[in-house]
Amino acid sequence: MTFFEFCEKYSLKPLSKGEDREIEGGFAGDLHSWAMAKAEENHVWFTIMGNINTVAVASLNDVAGVVLCQNSPMNRQALEKAQEEEINLYATDKSMFEMCALLYNEMNK
Amino acid sequence: MEAIKFEYTVSGDDFTSAGQASTDLKRKLKVMGVDSKSLRNINIALYEGEINLAIHAGGGDITVLVYPEKVEMYLDDEGPGIENIELALTEGYSGASDAVRSLGFGAGMGLPNMKKYADEFYIESEVGKGTHIKMVVYLQ
Repeated sequence: MTFFEFCEKYSLKPLSKGEDREIEGGFAGDLHSWAMAKAEENHVWFTIMGNINTVAVASLNDVAGVVLCQNSPMNRQALEKAQEEEINLYATDKSMFEMCALLYNEMNK
Repeated sequence: MEAIKFEYTVSGDDFTSAGQASTDLKRKLKVMGVDSKSLRNINIALYEGEINLAIHAGGGDITVLVYPEKVEMYLDDEGPGIENIELALTEGYSGASDAVRSLGFGAGMGLPNMKKYADEFYIESEVGKGTHIKMVVYLQ
C-alpha cells in the first residue's frame, strides 16, 4: 500500500505533499533522537510533535510520510518548510495508538 | 587524493535552523553517489552533533571532509564544555533544559547515537573552553 492510498482510506488531511511511496513500515514517537535512529526509509512516522525539527528528521530519514495525530498543532514555519522540502505531511484526529493499529492491520493483510 | 570540503556554521539556541547542515550534506553526498547505509549513519551522527551545537554549545562549526573511502566530520565549539564525558555518553543521560525537551529533544541519545553510528568517534572537551569532536564513517 502506498502512503497516499493509506491516507485516503482513513481520511487523513493533507498539509504538505511530495512524491508517493510504498509503505515499508512504521514508527511512532515524539523524541527526535529516537525517530532519527529508529524510523527508516519509507516508514510512516506517527507523532504529535509538529515543529520544524520534525520536518528535518523526516527529510533526513526519507520517511514515506509523517502523520500528525490527534490534531496536534503544526506551526506555520514548520508547515512552510515541509512544503518547501516536499515532505508528505498529513493530519488526523485519531490517536497514535489507533493509527498504528490501522497501519499494522493494513501491512499484515 | 584531496578531500572535498564542506563547512557549516550552526547558530546557538536557534533550533529552527538546526538540521540544515545535515540536510544539505545529505543532498550533496547523495549526488556524489554515497551508498544509502553509510549515508544513514552520517545523517544520524551529524544531525545529533548539529543539535548538540545548537542546544548545548551556543553554536559552533562543522567541517566535513569527503574522501573516496570515508567521510570525516569535525564539530568544534567554544561552549561550556562537558564536565563528565563518560556520563554524557551514557544513553538516557541528558543535560537538556525543559524548554528543549518540550521540542522533542533531551532523550539523552545525542552523543550515544553519534558514537554508535560513526565508525570512529573522538571527543575532547574542557569546561569553560569548548568541545571538539571528530567522527569518521567509512563508505561501503
